[in-house]
Amino acid sequence: MALWLTQLFNGLSVSSILLLIALGLAITFGLMRVINMAHGEFIMIGAYSAYLVQKIFQSSLPQGWFDAYYPLALLLAFALAFAIGLLLETALIRFLYGRPLDSLLATWGVGLVLQQLARTIFGAPNVGVTSPSWLDGGLRIMTGVVFPYKRLFILALVALVLLAMYLYIYRSDAGRRMRAVMQNRDMAACLGISTRRVDAVTFAIGSGIAGVAGCALTLIGPIGPTIGTNYIVDAFMVVVLGGVGKLIGTAAGALGIGMLNTLFEWGSTASLGKVLVFLCIVAFLQWKPMGLFAVRSRSLDG
Amino acid sequence: MPVSPTTTRGRLWLLAGYGAALLLLLAAPLYLSDFRLNLLAKCLAFAIAALGLDLLWGYTGILSLGHGVFFGLGGYAMAMHLKLEASGGKLPDFMGWTGVAKLPWFWEPFRSFAFAAAMGIVLPALLALFLGFFTFRNRIRGVYFTILTQALVIIVFTLFVGQQKYTGGTNGLTGFATLFGEPLKSPGMKTALYFATVAGLLAAFLLCRYLVKSRLGKVLRAIRDGENRVRFLGFDPSLYQMAAFAVSAALAGLAGMFFVLHVGIISPSAMAIVPSVEMVLWVAIGGRGTLIGAVVGAVVLNEAKSGLSESFPDMWTFFLGGLFIVATVFLPGGLVGLVRQLAGPFGRRNPSHEQLGESSGEQQPVAPREHSG
Repeated sequence: MALWLTQLFNGLSVSSILLLIALGLAITFGLMRVINMAHGEFIMIGAYSAYLVQKIFQSSLPQGWFDAYYPLALLLAFALAFAIGLLLETALIRFLYGRPLDSLLATWGVGLVLQQLARTIFGAPNVGVTSPSWLDGGLRIMTGVVFPYKRLFILALVALVLLAMYLYIYRSDAGRRMRAVMQNRDMAACLGISTRRVDAVTFAIGSGIAGVAGCALTLIGPIGPTIGTNYIVDAFMVVVLGGVGKLIGTAAGALGIGMLNTLFEWGSTASLGKVLVFLCIVAFLQWKPMGLFAVRSRSLDG
Repeated sequence: MPVSPTTTRGRLWLLAGYGAALLLLLAAPLYLSDFRLNLLAKCLAFAIAALGLDLLWGYTGILSLGHGVFFGLGGYAMAMHLKLEASGGKLPDFMGWTGVAKLPWFWEPFRSFAFAAAMGIVLPALLALFLGFFTFRNRIRGVYFTILTQALVIIVFTLFVGQQKYTGGTNGLTGFATLFGEPLKSPGMKTALYFATVAGLLAAFLLCRYLVKSRLGKVLRAIRDGENRVRFLGFDPSLYQMAAFAVSAALAGLAGMFFVLHVGIISPSAMAIVPSVEMVLWVAIGGRGTLIGAVVGAVVLNEAKSGLSESFPDMWTFFLGGLFIVATVFLPGGLVGLVRQLAGPFGRRNPSHEQLGESSGEQQPVAPREHSG
């Protein structure tokens, strides 16, 4: 019982991290059809901004204030990744709309440059980020079952981001414009929506969420220039499995992959577990090639 | 065939160019030091992989980021043969360290060179057929396929690292001594291996050229430019896609075998994500959709890599990243496309579709976007 509960919680925790990373992708890939391989590097940007804020708090502010650094780091991580995303969209991505494979290669290049930049600035070795003390310890459910506060915090954070995105996409004017552009670009443009601006903001939001994900990752381990690459392929699988264009699909995909991963790694070894998950995904796509929640479309090449 | 010139004179010039290039390659042992010759041989091995990738990406429009896996499978097949030969009748050293008492049955036949060499080509092709069967048949394509190939890289990488007792783990396989009883390091052997690689590259080039010129090649290009139209014409695109994928994987496996012979080591890092994507860059820089472009791209980039990373290791990554961006945004036709553009006012431009490479549907700045609603 205790073991099962722990595994269940681990699976949930892995899923939540995957979801946080995949949410940004779901926007850029799912809605804009841009394969942003530099997404992992936006995660890295978020992680390093948390590291920077922490450094500043440690060195130049009173000891007692240290615990307050984390919310600030979250904000900065979002803002920085948002700004760099906006820059990237304006400078590069907008020339690559409608050419998904080219966007993949170009953003891969951007990712390489950003990684090397981080290596030059912060050094190649991983750095640790001290978590705020209010996240130490855990919630004791029963004997032998402790849910760490950090993991619970990430779960809550993901739920919050998910809610915010839902409200933005489905309940706000900006979100309505965004959906309009994604569904029928020409018609949206005819109705007076600035598609250029919508594209830029959408991409930047996707990047910003990656920054938040990076900030969350500092809670569970050391960070380094290649932190993003460890997660990016899994996150893409989440989007593919969940189906493109719907938030609920992304959430379901993340839950599926996270749970399966934990289950298989528990039942066999880590390396065999990954193979099994991959086979499951390929098998699943035989049944539903468009993913769990496909957006119905009459267009042939949709 | 970068250009299919309409004039006899153009064709003669082209033939002369290819002949000169081949002569330069064949005479390389005369004017290159052993070190440089080895480097060139490695680049030529990579060029074989680039040819395969070009067949798949440039001609069929399927981007695989998983060719490192096929390259690695070929490499491991050859490496295991060399390892078994180096260990004599005994167990390979790494198996002893990890407590394996007896050579596993599936490595047993690799004592034979012919079997190992065959497996180095057949295994990648079979894996490609397997993956292709389960994806193309369901019309999983484009970026979805690309992402799946990348996932393939991750799992094969983890598998090879994890199954240390069978594969040597992170260190991979190294410490080879001889091939056919002849030391690998001897100058005669090095030269022979070099010529073998040139022959392999030539054979691969001619094979690809034949395929591209044949009816099959026409269908492949048609699939690239409009898969559904091909389907409506009564073809089954998935069969052709699987064929292209399998040939492409087999060529990558062949390249991996030559790579091991020249470099003397294969490790999982050779089949990780970064090398797999680098392969794509060779084709992109050289010029996708032209066979010679793939070869040129692979050789030029790898020579540049060893030159740059010897002196400025950090700069190489910046350079590589920059190249990806430049190649996709400014040089969609690659080096070959650039040369043609420059030659444009002088030579007769080739009106055929092929010259534009992949650009047909994708390059238009305001390409109609698919509607997802």
